[in-house]
Amino acid sequence: MGTDANRRAPEDIVCKDADSRRSTRPRGETFVWVTAMGLTVGLTMIVFLLGLVVVNGFGVFWPRSVALIEFREDRGTRFQGGTKALGVITIEQERDVRDLSLEQRASLHAADRREKQLFLGNRDAFGQAFAFFPAGDIRSVTYPDDVIRAERLEWGDALFFPVRLEMEDGSVIQADDPTFNSLLLKRVDDVAARRAQIHQIERYEIGRINLQMHQLEQEERFYSRQDELTAQQRSDRAAVARRMDQLRAQYQPLADQAARLRSKQHQDTFVYRLVTGDERSMSVGQIVHYYYPNRLTLVGRAQIFAGQLWRFLSGFPREANTEGGIFPAIFGTFVMTLMMSVAVMPFGVMAAIYLREYARQGLFVRAVRIAINNLAGVPSIVFGIFGLGFFVYFVGGGIDRMFFDRALPTPTFGTGGILWASLTLALMTVPVVIVATEEALAAVPRGVREGSLACGASKWQTIRYLVLPASAPGIMTGLVLAMARGAGEVAPLMLVGVVALAPNLPLDSVFPFIHLERKFMHLGFHIYDLGFQSPDSEAAKPMVFATTLVLILLVVVLNLVAILVRNHLRKKFTADKF
Amino acid sequence: MNDKHDGTVAATGGASEIQQRRVQVAQRRKKIDNDASAQYIQVCDHSFFYGSAQVLFDLNMDIPERQVTALIGPSGCGKSTLLRNFNRMNDLIDGISHRGDILIDGRSIYDPYLEVISLRKRIGMVFQKSNPFPKSIYENIVYSLRVAGRNRRAELDETVERSLRAAALWDEVKDRLRETAFSLSGGQMQRLCIARAIANRPEILLMDEPCSALDPVATGKIEDLIHQLKEEYTIIIVTHNMQQAARVSDRTAFLYMGRLIEYDDTETIFTNPTEEQTEAYVSGRFG
Ligand SMILES: Nc1ncnc2c1ncn2[C@@H]1O[C@H](COP(=O)(O)OP(=O)(O)OP(=O)(O)O)[C@@H](O)[C@H]1O
Ligand SMILES: [Mg+2]
Repeated sequence: MGTDANRRAPEDIVCKDADSRRSTRPRGETFVWVTAMGLTVGLTMIVFLLGLVVVNGFGVFWPRSVALIEFREDRGTRFQGGTKALGVITIEQERDVRDLSLEQRASLHAADRREKQLFLGNRDAFGQAFAFFPAGDIRSVTYPDDVIRAERLEWGDALFFPVRLEMEDGSVIQADDPTFNSLLLKRVDDVAARRAQIHQIERYEIGRINLQMHQLEQEERFYSRQDELTAQQRSDRAAVARRMDQLRAQYQPLADQAARLRSKQHQDTFVYRLVTGDERSMSVGQIVHYYYPNRLTLVGRAQIFAGQLWRFLSGFPREANTEGGIFPAIFGTFVMTLMMSVAVMPFGVMAAIYLREYARQGLFVRAVRIAINNLAGVPSIVFGIFGLGFFVYFVGGGIDRMFFDRALPTPTFGTGGILWASLTLALMTVPVVIVATEEALAAVPRGVREGSLACGASKWQTIRYLVLPASAPGIMTGLVLAMARGAGEVAPLMLVGVVALAPNLPLDSVFPFIHLERKFMHLGFHIYDLGFQSPDSEAAKPMVFATTLVLILLVVVLNLVAILVRNHLRKKFTADKF
Repeated sequence: MNDKHDGTVAATGGASEIQQRRVQVAQRRKKIDNDASAQYIQVCDHSFFYGSAQVLFDLNMDIPERQVTALIGPSGCGKSTLLRNFNRMNDLIDGISHRGDILIDGRSIYDPYLEVISLRKRIGMVFQKSNPFPKSIYENIVYSLRVAGRNRRAELDETVERSLRAAALWDEVKDRLRETAFSLSGGQMQRLCIARAIANRPEILLMDEPCSALDPVATGKIEDLIHQLKEEYTIIIVTHNMQQAARVSDRTAFLYMGRLIEYDDTETIFTNPTEEQTEAYVSGRFG
């Protein structure tokens, strides 16, 4: 303030008149700072959130060194009765000492006030995957060269020292044998190839037969419920039975083949030693992937990182979703968002055209517009309930009664599915598209419309050839907003078709290829399921971050595509023929 | 051309209002037919209202064919409103109503059996503010053909060249027809709009202050253009520029507060007007 007064002093002499002095001060300068602060706060929060998600999300796949921790014998800390623990140090933090008495707190050394969290793995052996150890009780931390971290089909990751490989032919290779690693690598690759084969057979080939059998069973059930069958129906029923036998005949060899492959998975046994000294064994078929975390170079780490990331993105989930990949969730989110866009665009645009171009602007239209705006504020769960009542039970039930009555009481469309989920979200996001489209339409200058009409164009021609192309970019902006809202929505989906684990993708090689009635997985719901429904939420945390990151990236990618289309439209419709 | 509808009217006897209209129109037409000096556009007792506000009061004027008629008058006197009534552009506005009639070639533009679109196809319009479409120069000009379903390439090309030459724009843009119309200068845009208005050879050309945003050179070009176009088209032009009205028009109508004060040959209006108000306005001593 003081400097301010000084600075203004000369002006006082020059401009006697108070008004002119005020006008020489730059007006509104302070508000520049206020607005800038608003932006800064917003940006900071976004950057922080994104940074947190990116760091934690990618951090999941980065192979970290495994520490061997030895405890001081004179202290009480033990792990599984021993003085050693093996694990990845995940957190170092201040201990929570609130439950200690004051004397106890006073007697704590500085080192005792800290603690380390260790990811231990080996949930099957230790019963827990994480543990905290007081830092003061740790005598040494070393990084032994020969530790292996293995991703297993069951029980999550394991950290151990390899002992030997027992082959089916009886030969045994010790871990210190120079060929051990290459041999194990080869076996793990074989096992992975066989696993893919089994997956192919069971999911797709047997899956297809199962599906057809399921349909035939429904037919059969329909006939068996009938009191009397016409001659035609009797012959149909016989055909169904014949077809069923054919399918059973096809099924058996495939099942045998899968069983054969499966048994081969357990030929070789791998023996390993835990940090406690226990020797345990597992079949090589259990190992998805393994590496020596303390031997890696930077390039090696990057390779492992890429591999783990790829398996996460392309794999199917295992172990109640806490392990494996999230491909079905990515795919489900993607397909649902696309279907939603396809549904929401024409409806929103048509509604907006009617409202803006054709409807007589008056009280009623104003009321409708307010209602639409308010619709955007209705809690999404309400849309979910509406979707369940209207789409699933009413429309879906109706379709079932009309076209799938043989399957009843098992519902086909009368239960949640990707189609109903998409339509529910389309309904939820349609206000966004209507509002954006209306704004875009209103932004088309009146002169252009009048010019077109003066040229002898009809109203529809004017809309079709001039107004819509000119507002296409604005409409795309609406779609971007709608997609961003729709793709991240979870609550309504839980009512109309999302499941934690869907047996099949909504799109596959079985006729009719797009299965609109199927339940599907969704990244948003996956996050919820992992974070709050899994038995060990600590272990699931990294997956939550990674899944969140993927969801954000997916939304970004979809939006980028929409923005590219928008820019393309912008170019196309300003300098080209219609 | 109108008579083919007569049967239809008899069939839909319920539309008594419409029938009444048609009787009126027929009477008027008879009057016109008897009139030896039948004019091309006839404004008969025409009044016009925006909601309850009357802006045109019982106008009567006959506009001759293939001549330039200028509408002059102080701002807000209803020039644009009258001009926009000729092609029923005011239909876009809610709550308008009119009394009296406007006949073009003997036929009422308010004839319920007349399609507004076909009316507008016969009447080109150039707006006060140039309003090119967000399309290429080429597409701007062929727009009126395309909406009429005429898409033959040769015809379109021919139209583009003819219209642009007529609008004195061809030499400037012939190498960039596919570029967006927004790349043109203001004066070029206005000439493009003129070219667009004459692309499908209308009978009448309505111009609402076509030069208000142009510099003297571009204005000169457009005035020359009006001189040429009058060979083919009946032109009605609104202008605030007295010199321009004197230069380009054959007949001049002076409107004041929605009333037609004086309507005569341009020369008479500017040299020897009957009304005092006209005299005051054209000599710039007004208000
Ligand atoms: N859409 C409208 N709704 C209501 N009143 C209107 C509308 N358009 C014009 N008016 C009124 O009608 C009167 C005549 O307007 P008009 O545009 O015809 O004037 P003008 O003679 O063209 O004036 P200018 O020379 O300024 O263009 C004015 O009083 C104007 O306020
Ligand atoms: Mg005007």
